[in-house]
Amino acid sequence: MNEMTRSRKMKRSILYNKSATFGFYALGVLVLLLIFWLLYSILSKGLPGLSLEFLTKLPEDMDIGGGIGPVLFNSFYILFLSLIISIPIGVGAGIYMAEYAPNNKFTEILRICVESLSSVPSIVFGMLGLAIFAEYFQVGLTILGGAVSLAFLNLPMLARVTEEAVRSVPNDMRNASYALGMTKFQCIRTVVLPMAMQGIITGICLVAGRAFGESAVILLTAGLSTSGEMWDFNLLSPGETLAVHLWYVQSEAIVEDARQIADKSAAVLVLVVLLINLLFRIPLWITNRKLKR
Amino acid sequence: MNTPVQQIVPEDRALRKPSNKFKFTRSVRVRLTNRLFKYYFLFSILALCFVLGLVIFFIGKTAFLTFGHISLSEFFLSFNWNPEEEHFGAAAFIINTISLTLLTLVMAVPISVGMAVLIAEIAPKWFKNLIRPVLDLLVGIPSIVYGYIGLTVLIPFLRKVSGENLGDGILAAALVLALMVLPTISRISDEAIVSVPKKYREAAYAMGSTRLQVIMRVILPAAGRGIIAAIIMGMTRAIGETMAVVMVIGNTAQLAKSFFSPTSVLTSNIVMQISNVEFDSTWNYALHMMAFLLLVISFILILFIRFLGRKGRNT
Repeated sequence: MNEMTRSRKMKRSILYNKSATFGFYALGVLVLLLIFWLLYSILSKGLPGLSLEFLTKLPEDMDIGGGIGPVLFNSFYILFLSLIISIPIGVGAGIYMAEYAPNNKFTEILRICVESLSSVPSIVFGMLGLAIFAEYFQVGLTILGGAVSLAFLNLPMLARVTEEAVRSVPNDMRNASYALGMTKFQCIRTVVLPMAMQGIITGICLVAGRAFGESAVILLTAGLSTSGEMWDFNLLSPGETLAVHLWYVQSEAIVEDARQIADKSAAVLVLVVLLINLLFRIPLWITNRKLKR
Repeated sequence: MNTPVQQIVPEDRALRKPSNKFKFTRSVRVRLTNRLFKYYFLFSILALCFVLGLVIFFIGKTAFLTFGHISLSEFFLSFNWNPEEEHFGAAAFIINTISLTLLTLVMAVPISVGMAVLIAEIAPKWFKNLIRPVLDLLVGIPSIVYGYIGLTVLIPFLRKVSGENLGDGILAAALVLALMVLPTISRISDEAIVSVPKKYREAAYAMGSTRLQVIMRVILPAAGRGIIAAIIMGMTRAIGETMAVVMVIGNTAQLAKSFFSPTSVLTSNIVMQISNVEFDSTWNYALHMMAFLLLVISFILILFIRFLGRKGRNT
């Protein structure tokens, strides 16, 4: 009886609906497979040949068997310095936008500034670093220049993730703390920030992962070479990072095993980014589960 | 309704105490840090704006020196980029950038919006919880690794499929970029679709629509602005992307006539040439002008997103 009452048009739209659902699922599965294949092909080519020696050895110019020690160290060093510079300012800016900014034209302008800054292409930050450090201060291509330029790149993203995290704290919490007679800053420090901390740390991890793999900025500001020593903390020595090294190895290096070095460097790069994204979240995840209990 | 009380009652009046006027008591200290940190937060946001000012000032200052040496029409209309012989025509790069971005969007938009619809409307919860972090993971992969994959996997593949002897060119670059902007577009569209009010869906289902009809006639039009904003965010990413593009595009200063002719876009040309030029040369000025152009394009796109958002709020 039911079949009889369905008109042809209805049958057609039911058929379309079913095939579209199937199509969407197929698309989703294909994209997932593509992503997993991508990760697999990067990691499977590089990881098997990876050894501690490769990670700590100096790169070679002519011979087989060079490592990535100094560049890997520089990657972490520049990342660390850039986060030291950008976190206080970026998080502060985010807190201002979420907690203090009044609803007026001035705030509107600040918001446009943050959004514009986040849309600036990374190569432009590289050129800015080049203009400031190499041209204006005449210090050449250095770790310091790379770290500061990278910090510029991080700032707008940090501000945005902090603002979102702070905004998601319910207003009842603020009202409760004001009712106890807190000042605005006491309320932010003791109530809002602890509650928003998980979001802020997740955001910082995203930013750090992006900064770790950033190459255009570092290429222009920290250069294509290292000082040739393993633990070189000097801010003014050239600071090639792992991402830049990958570019250098596959485009300009003349060593015979350039291809293997590039494969391994790519694998290390992806692995570290994944670890940055996952490792820092584990403690948060554990405390979250404790809170739920 | 749900506003903090401090916005209703100014905080200073509620706190002020008459006694202990000149002593450095706890209440004074608390008020001082309160005031101090307010200024610190204001300073941070102003520092951000200052960085934006620095970018515009340093790039723009050098960029506009270009026109002391070559004419406006030569820079924008000439296809002849030959710095050794003092020819600085950037038209080819500009057109290549535009066509690369369009080609990327043609490939990425249907897939990403499809993914967004799948995540937001169709998929069961476990599938959503799987696919959202995986897409976030895709954002995290460094652009240089995308370029490397393009160079070592995609280009040999394209060579085999097309029979060309060189695989690099605008098609390879667009494929790599499409993969890179996919998570950006689908996650933002996903948010836009989720924020469509539930009553729209219920009304449409109550009229007897199938799910496909609800998606096509109700949800996509309602989330339209959000999806367009997502596409523009993807566009800014595609336009500004450097290292992934530079590895697969071939780096030859010519107009892209076919999918497989090696070309160059604004970003790839800048990064290939900027480290070899004298600071006080027309060449360097012209490269800065190209960077300034990138900057202007991104700002226009961002302002357009704001415009869309404001229009959406008014209606």
